[in-house]
Amino acid sequence: MTRSSSLNAAGPAIALEAVRFAWEDVRKPTLVVDDLKIASGESWFLEGPSGSGKSTMLGLLSGVLAPQKGEVRVLGKRFDEMSGARRDRFRADHIGYIFQMFNLIPYLSVVENVTLPLRFSKRRQSRVADPEAEARRLLDHLGMDGLAERTVTKLSVGQQQRVAAARALIGSPELILADEPTSSLDEGHSEGFVKLLFDECKAAGSTLVFVSHDSRLASLFDRSYRLEGGNP
Amino acid sequence: MMALGLSLKSIKHRGFTVILTVISLSLGVALLLGVERMRSEAREGFTNTISGTDLIVGARTGDVSLLLSSVFRIGNSTQNISWETYEKISKNPQVAWTIPLSLGDSHKGYRVLGTTADYFDHYKYGKKQALEMAVGVRFADTYDAVLGAEVARKLGYEPGDELVLAHGSGDVSFVEHADKPFRVVGVLKATGTPVDRAVHVSLEGIEAVHLGWDGSGGHEGHDHSNCNHPGHDHGDHEAGGGGMDRLAAIESELAGEDPNSLEPTEITAFLVGMHSRADAVFLQRSINTYKGEALSAVMPGVALQELWQVVGVVETTLLVISLFVVGVSLAGMLSALLASLNERRREMAILRSVGARPIHILSLVVGEAVLLTTVSIVVGIGLLYGLLLVARPVVLEKTGLQLGFGMLSPRELVLLGLVLLVGLLVGLIPAWRCYRRSLADGLTVRV
Repeated sequence: MTRSSSLNAAGPAIALEAVRFAWEDVRKPTLVVDDLKIASGESWFLEGPSGSGKSTMLGLLSGVLAPQKGEVRVLGKRFDEMSGARRDRFRADHIGYIFQMFNLIPYLSVVENVTLPLRFSKRRQSRVADPEAEARRLLDHLGMDGLAERTVTKLSVGQQQRVAAARALIGSPELILADEPTSSLDEGHSEGFVKLLFDECKAAGSTLVFVSHDSRLASLFDRSYRLEGGNP
Repeated sequence: MMALGLSLKSIKHRGFTVILTVISLSLGVALLLGVERMRSEAREGFTNTISGTDLIVGARTGDVSLLLSSVFRIGNSTQNISWETYEKISKNPQVAWTIPLSLGDSHKGYRVLGTTADYFDHYKYGKKQALEMAVGVRFADTYDAVLGAEVARKLGYEPGDELVLAHGSGDVSFVEHADKPFRVVGVLKATGTPVDRAVHVSLEGIEAVHLGWDGSGGHEGHDHSNCNHPGHDHGDHEAGGGGMDRLAAIESELAGEDPNSLEPTEITAFLVGMHSRADAVFLQRSINTYKGEALSAVMPGVALQELWQVVGVVETTLLVISLFVVGVSLAGMLSALLASLNERRREMAILRSVGARPIHILSLVVGEAVLLTTVSIVVGIGLLYGLLLVARPVVLEKTGLQLGFGMLSPRELVLLGLVLLVGLLVGLIPAWRCYRRSLADGLTVRV
């Protein structure tokens, strides 16, 4: 797949500068990031123990949260200056997201779960000629051939995570955010899953940001960054 | 559109609770519509108890009590009016017709109405519908009786049967005119008005049955204090032989050819139809100020409205109760929606992650409430018509109330609109909670 976007051609996919985020008191920030630049197309491993602000980091990168201080640039856009609704629209168009677990909506079929983002983004929709065929292609690539028809609640955790990966990848968003997607998989499956994810991100030219506390996986990625919590 | 598609699938997923919600809400809606329909039909039926009559004239009393005693035959009129006055007014050139009404006797709890053949020609109810015979003919002889539909059905009378009038209006009367039985000659079709509950006889019949009372015809010392029958002239008691003379005279006439001489001296009330309706006001004024006797003339429509304000409270109470039932069903929907939010927290986070804005989440929940309410309204309307189909004949038979099978009235549509609006407002409560929560949760889900 060729990249049609030139959105981030000029600079890094993600740039954080002097970012402070606090849930309650600004003087005790949950997350402090002074300088982080993630180049476009790279795969990054953001590592941090629990309480180090992983969820907050993902909230900032996905545009659900806005920092009290500092700059968050995603694909060249200043998140910290956008309204919440515009960040939501931006997320729909440019970001694929994988949860730690329970990724799927139980009342939708596997294929419907995969094509879900297309309902919210005309941009991603326009990149996919035939949503169902594309969903099946991605599922096949992720080793889910033959499982597309199964009820989502009957899939194993590993299979669910692969469906989630297909959903994040459909319509080739520039940025894939993954929130410990392998935490409920055993080691062998974890590596397999991460490799599949790499392959698909490379094929789509997407930048991958993978957040986990499991440092064993760090070596698989291009770069890694250690999250430091604020001042506890 | 996106919200609707997802809403439908999500609702389907939670089928059982959703169906319970819809059942309870649609029953509430059906009840509301049913009560409203009964209410409007009852009101219509009530205000159409009598139509085509321009004035009701009786002895001086209040509008409502005259209406009650003459049309509804409830209670007793304490005063009567003289036959001369009646004749005088009926000869007024502006008057098209008059119907004399003589009340005071009963048969097994049903009122006996003495009147003339004009009753069958001019008495109208509903939308100017005339009385029709179901079987038999009108009364012609002195001892003929025409029964209202309910009397015939409840008591199982057919033309040819004999019945005995009782003095006074109690359910059980110890004093019967057993020596003067009446013969049923006809039965009227059901009207849904007090006509159904009356035994109609001629004025002459009323006179004849009371002839013996004044004299020594076997009824000694019976108490007239509770009865104010216009047929007899109580003065005759004191006059001693006066009653006997009259009895003798009338009986000789009965034997002869002239029943007209059984002319009453008093009647309870009479109905007036005008040539021109506009003249009713003038006649009413002149009757109310009539010098010869203390009279009251009321316009039935006005008196009916006045009476409805009293009776209508019951119906309004019913409507309020059924509104509460709908309210309770909506509260049920609210609690079901609120309960579902917890299990849907994950769903909302997933939708947010793929770019759903909080407003999408809001519309998803509100959309569900509106959808459920709409479905319930449609099902409720279906239930109403199904129920009407079954209940109509029964209700007609038991109460004479003709339930309309027609389209929804504007009032009913307003009620349904109100239900939908409240459904939407109810949906906003969980939707707002969900909205706030999805803003706070973002993509992290605290399960």
